[in-house]
Amino acid sequence: MKEDKSLPLLTGDVLDDSVWLSFGELARICSLDAECLIAMVDEGVLEPRGMELQAWRFHPASITRVQVVLRLRRDLGVNLAGAALVLDLLDEIEGLQARLRHLNIED
Amino acid sequence: MEFKDYYKIMGVARDATQDEIKRAYRKLARKFHPDVSKEADAEQRFKELGEAYEVLKDPEKRAAYDRLGADWKAGQEFHPPPDWDTGFEFSGGGFTSGDAPFSDFFESLFGRRAGIYGGARRHEYRTRGEDHFARIQIDMEDAFHGGTRTVTLQAPETTRDGHVRLRQRSLKVRIPKGIMPGQQIRLRGQGGHGVNGPEGDLYLEVHFRPHPLYRVEGRDIYMDVPVTPTEAVLGAQITIPTPSGLVDLKIPPGSGARRKLRLKGKGLPGRPPGDLYAVLQIALPPADSEAARAAYRHLAEVIPFNPRRHMGGHDERR
Repeated sequence: MKEDKSLPLLTGDVLDDSVWLSFGELARICSLDAECLIAMVDEGVLEPRGMELQAWRFHPASITRVQVVLRLRRDLGVNLAGAALVLDLLDEIEGLQARLRHLNIED
Repeated sequence: MEFKDYYKIMGVARDATQDEIKRAYRKLARKFHPDVSKEADAEQRFKELGEAYEVLKDPEKRAAYDRLGADWKAGQEFHPPPDWDTGFEFSGGGFTSGDAPFSDFFESLFGRRAGIYGGARRHEYRTRGEDHFARIQIDMEDAFHGGTRTVTLQAPETTRDGHVRLRQRSLKVRIPKGIMPGQQIRLRGQGGHGVNGPEGDLYLEVHFRPHPLYRVEGRDIYMDVPVTPTEAVLGAQITIPTPSGLVDLKIPPGSGARRKLRLKGKGLPGRPPGDLYAVLQIALPPADSEAARAAYRHLAEVIPFNPRRHMGGHDERR
C-alpha cells in the first residue's frame, strides 16, 4: 500500500455509536423496501431503538446485518428466520474466537 | 485464457446426475459462502463455484462444455474451437449468485452476462446513484494514530455497450483516529453514478490486520507480556512497548500467569479512550548450565511445592 501523491485525499465520516439511522435512511442505504425492513425487525434481525416506525433508530452495524441476510438469501436460499439464526451463530462464533485469542490456543 | 475444470471445482464426476450437481453445489456454497466461511480463500472459491454451477446446472450449457472434451486440464491455455457451439441455442437461465462478472473462460464460451446485474432495475424509478460497499484492512497503528491509506477496489460496471466488466480504482482515504474494527467509513458521492441525480455513497467496512503484539477488542487493546517467575512472584517494574510508546508497568508481587494488568486510557483513542491490558505470561529461565540446574535444584529444596495437590492424587514418590 504505497501512498499515491496524485490521488486526492478523501475524508469520510465514521458511522460510530453516535450515528443512528432512521428507517428511511437504512432502507435507502440497503436499497430495500419498507416491508422487507419491517420483516427483519419482526424477526429480530434488527433491533431499533424507539417504539413506532417513525421513531425507529438503527445502529450503524445494522447495515452489515441487512447485507448478510440479503446475500444468504440470494446465494444459499436461506429464509429470514434461517438468516436470523445464522447471524446469532456468527455472533456467538465471533465471541468464542475472541476468547480463544485470549487463551492463545488459536494457531 | 486458462481452461477451467468445472467438474473438479464442484468435486463431481463428469457423469454426475443433475441432482448430484445440485447437492454438491448446496454443500460447497454453504462451506465457502464468504459471510459464513472461515476459509481464507472463501471469496475466490465461492466465485469459482458459482461459475461452475452456472454451467453444469444448465443441461444446454453443460452439454456444450462437455463437447470441449475431457482432456483439458485446469489452468491449461485455452482457445475455444471456432465452431464449438454450433447447433446450440442458449435460453439464458437466471443467475443466482455473485456480483462480479465470470471468468474470461466463461465469457468466451457463453458470452458476457450483460444487463442482468447492476442497478438497472432500480434506476427506473430512482435517480440517485446506488450506495456501494467494500471491506478494507488497515493496521492497528492507523487506527491508533490516524493516517491515510490508499485502497484499491474492484467493482463490476456495465459499459455503454451492455457488457459487465471489473473496473479497478484507487482511493486515498483518511483513516480517522480511533476507528474500531467493524465500523464503517462513509465517503459521500463515491458510490454508483446517479441518473440525473446525485451520486451514491461508498461505505468502507474497516477490519484490522492481525498484529504480532496487539489484539483489539472494541476500543481495548490486549497484549501478552512475558515475565520471569522472579518478576511475577516478587514484583517488578518493567518497560513494555505500547502503541503510544514505551511505558513503565508495575508488576505486583504474587502475580500469576494470565493476570491482566490494566493501563487505563492506553487503548484506542476515543471518548472515552479504550484501555490497554497487559496479560502476563510466565517465561521460564533456561537451565542450560550446571550452575542454572543447581539453582533450580536449590529452589526445589528451599520451596517444597506440589502444584498438583488440588488434583487429589497422592504422589508420595518424589
